[in-house]
Amino acid sequence: MDRFGRNWYKFSRNPMSIVGLVTVTVVVFLAIFAPQVAPQPEAAGKFVDFANASLSPRWRYPFGTDVIGRDIMSRIFFGFRFSILMGVVVLSVVVPPGVTLGLIAGYNQGTWLETVIMRITDIFLAVPPLVLALAITSVLTPNLFNAMLAVSLMWWPWYTRLVYGLAITLRHEYFVRSAETMGASKAHIIFREILPNCISPIFTKMSLDMGWVILIGSSLSFVGLGVQPPKPGLGTMVADGAQYLPDQWWISVFPALAIVVIVLGFNLLGDGLRDMFASEES
Amino acid sequence: MSTSFGAGQENSPLLEIKDLHVNFDVYGGTLQVLDGVNLTVHRGERVGLVGEAGCGKTTTMKAILRILPMPPARIVRGEITFQGQDVLKMGESELQRMRSEGISMIFQDPTAALNPVFTVGQQLEAVVRYSTEGKGLSRKEIRDRAIIPLKEVSLPDPERMLDSYPIQLSGGMRQRVCIAMALVASRELLIADEPGTSLDVTIEDQILRLLHRLVQQKNVSVILITHTLGVVRETTDRVYVMYAGRMVEAAATDELFANHRHPYTHGLMAAVPRLTGGGISEGIPGRIPDYLNPPPGCRFHPRCPQAMDICRQEKPRFYRLSDNHEVACFLYRDGGE
Amino acid sequence: MSFIAFIVRRLVHSIFVLLGLSVVIFIISRIMPGDPARMAVGARAPQWAVDNLREQMHLEDPLYAQYYYWLRDALHGDFGISLVTRRRVADDIKEVFPATLELTLFAGIIMGGAGIGLGTLSAWHKDKWIDNVLRVVSYLGVVTPSFVFAILFLLLFGMSLKWMPTMGRISADVSRPSSVTGLLIIDSLLAGNLRAFFDALWHLILPGIALAMSGLAQEARITRSTMSDNLTKDYIASARSLGIPEKVIMRKFLLKPSLIPTVSILGLDFAGTMSSAFLVEFIFNWPGMSRYGINAMLRKDLNAIAAVIMILGVVFIIVNIAVDLVIAQLDPRIRLAPGRGE
Repeated sequence: MDRFGRNWYKFSRNPMSIVGLVTVTVVVFLAIFAPQVAPQPEAAGKFVDFANASLSPRWRYPFGTDVIGRDIMSRIFFGFRFSILMGVVVLSVVVPPGVTLGLIAGYNQGTWLETVIMRITDIFLAVPPLVLALAITSVLTPNLFNAMLAVSLMWWPWYTRLVYGLAITLRHEYFVRSAETMGASKAHIIFREILPNCISPIFTKMSLDMGWVILIGSSLSFVGLGVQPPKPGLGTMVADGAQYLPDQWWISVFPALAIVVIVLGFNLLGDGLRDMFASEES
Repeated sequence: MSTSFGAGQENSPLLEIKDLHVNFDVYGGTLQVLDGVNLTVHRGERVGLVGEAGCGKTTTMKAILRILPMPPARIVRGEITFQGQDVLKMGESELQRMRSEGISMIFQDPTAALNPVFTVGQQLEAVVRYSTEGKGLSRKEIRDRAIIPLKEVSLPDPERMLDSYPIQLSGGMRQRVCIAMALVASRELLIADEPGTSLDVTIEDQILRLLHRLVQQKNVSVILITHTLGVVRETTDRVYVMYAGRMVEAAATDELFANHRHPYTHGLMAAVPRLTGGGISEGIPGRIPDYLNPPPGCRFHPRCPQAMDICRQEKPRFYRLSDNHEVACFLYRDGGE
Repeated sequence: MSFIAFIVRRLVHSIFVLLGLSVVIFIISRIMPGDPARMAVGARAPQWAVDNLREQMHLEDPLYAQYYYWLRDALHGDFGISLVTRRRVADDIKEVFPATLELTLFAGIIMGGAGIGLGTLSAWHKDKWIDNVLRVVSYLGVVTPSFVFAILFLLLFGMSLKWMPTMGRISADVSRPSSVTGLLIIDSLLAGNLRAFFDALWHLILPGIALAMSGLAQEARITRSTMSDNLTKDYIASARSLGIPEKVIMRKFLLKPSLIPTVSILGLDFAGTMSSAFLVEFIFNWPGMSRYGINAMLRKDLNAIAAVIMILGVVFIIVNIAVDLVIAQLDPRIRLAPGRGE
């Protein structure tokens, strides 16, 4: 219990971390309970209400309505679902293999195994991230699933590289050497000795990455290669509203701000986690 | 609270620190690091400063040069006087002059003290250029001046040394370069902060001998910080013993070794392994105090085998035992046992 | 001496990576369902025409042979025909690349210059109000997607305030200078055409800054953090203690070591910029390679997509090598330290 208290203290020292935690919690809550919480749940689907179309923000429609009368705020809540889903799915898919490859490459330093793994990693890292995602999505049918696939395909190398660097330093540590002399199997050393020491940086990166994955996902949707209209992906909404600038600015601006809020929240949370995991070096 | 005795030729001291209190503001609170430091150095004197790691020796020296990082550090109280001038009130240009001509410091870790992305020459030449005698010299003249101290510290191939980067040098060479940098400018007072401790013992020995020779050649005053008592004995005229941010004993070197009085000094002396008789050396039980919540009264009292009630309540000031010996301990409140 | 070996090793490594990338791209482009030959000639062409074209495009050959032909052609600058423009992709790219180059260079300069400048400013006045403001602003800069900036700028400065134009590189009624470098800014200066120069510059500002924002913020943050860390280092205290004036320390002895992490990040930031260019060019209707690429991706123009990615890969690798060179120049520990493993 005291360990939790100590970690909380380190985490909460910077008030911005708390802001991040609260933001993320709110977003996740809204995403999960969107159907219950949104004032106009129908707005997320095929719904028209021309009588109330293109209304500027007001009490009933805090973020205004779009050209066919859908409440923007409700759509944003549903949009959170796509965002969070994307982040969770991509990271779940990417982290285990990425980390494993990094461990294997790092521990087997100097062998062909390491060379092969790291060269493949380099290839994927040779292209700027978004570009690769765009390219992959473009050859497939544009939808959320393929966007997630594309982002996963270009995201895993970052974890491999991170863990590779950690594993290389760690494998010379005393506890690894002693495990080796005791005849522990490679698998044991990798997963029971080295991996536990990588957990903190991995978690920190995962938390920060949630924000980046969502950002890339929304960029893909913006361009038309992710969440397809009429679904309320955040990036999709920004793109839809772009043609109505500047008069009906709220159609684009509020979804854009929503993206910023999510990314900001996860970034602050990630920074807080980093503080929490940081060792007490004065 | 000042100690004004000593084997100096002149009566006014070169450097005088009176009742210096320095705090550090950190996350958890305030570290009361220096708790009333008093130190005097006369012209031509070689003063040793002895104490455990963490007792505030380096902090004091940095305070003299005013190179403490001032956001966390705060000088709460006290006075520092160099050549009669109030250091704490000096303006930028006077401070710069004091640093380039008055006092220089050799840092404890030579690798950290050298800028890794500049050559030795570039760093040396910068020191020359901004000293008073360096103003208006041409580049070649500056370079020529920069080589001189490199030769003085017995570095091989000084020309090539000028164009080398710290990464290319061994630990011993880096330490010599640091000494050379300190010698380029200052004439009056040299502060050597545990020179050679981070190096091999044999190299450390060489460095100490080098310093010894240079000090005698140049007739500078010295503050030598060390936690090796043997070095102190051989090379200093007078010694201060420091504990937890305060001086606890000050005496002429021979007097201190023959006749040490403070319980802490007893412990230090006993901790030195003896080659003749004596058996195994003992450490001093306990640890240095927590600067966040230091013990009230005399900071040594939790570890002191002779602690009395008053020690827990008040801080002892320096009591004179003789012309060249002072102790900050209530045991000697009346000038004797 | 080992420095040259370092460069050579990097080059070999890069070539290998590019080859690998080309394989990946090639495989992706062949996975696409549909018949490239059919798509090239159209739905109404007779079957024999399609078959002929298939023969010509080596589509019946085994995959590795196809790759060989593709690579051979690519190395000669022939990337095939674009399905969208019906011209040689190589020609298309020659036309659109300079626009992107101009935009990215402009953004790069802002990123580096303003980023390092603001970060330094922040560090020098640490914890004062200007530092706090800059820290908040740069944090926001990092978390805001580039297309959001682009839209906000477009909205605010382009449409509401009408300070800057919102589309294209140069106004229709301004005469374009003849093309020497392809970079309008430089060409117009060379031709002495000041009106074109300012007009082009004015068009560059909004997309350029929108593009630079994210990288700028990253650079500022890391410069500030490195500088304030280095301020507490012993070599700075030592320099002070030896009488070197504060100004000299700040401008020379603190700046140089602090630039190292900043420059390292520059490569990654540049990659981010190249990616963001896709969105920014799209929004501002900037006739560059990225917009061309986006269109190609939306219309599944495989040849164009492959070409764009390969070129981006090459550019990125060049930039990375350049960054590594600069760092090695800045930090002697890298080029002189014995036996550094990777």
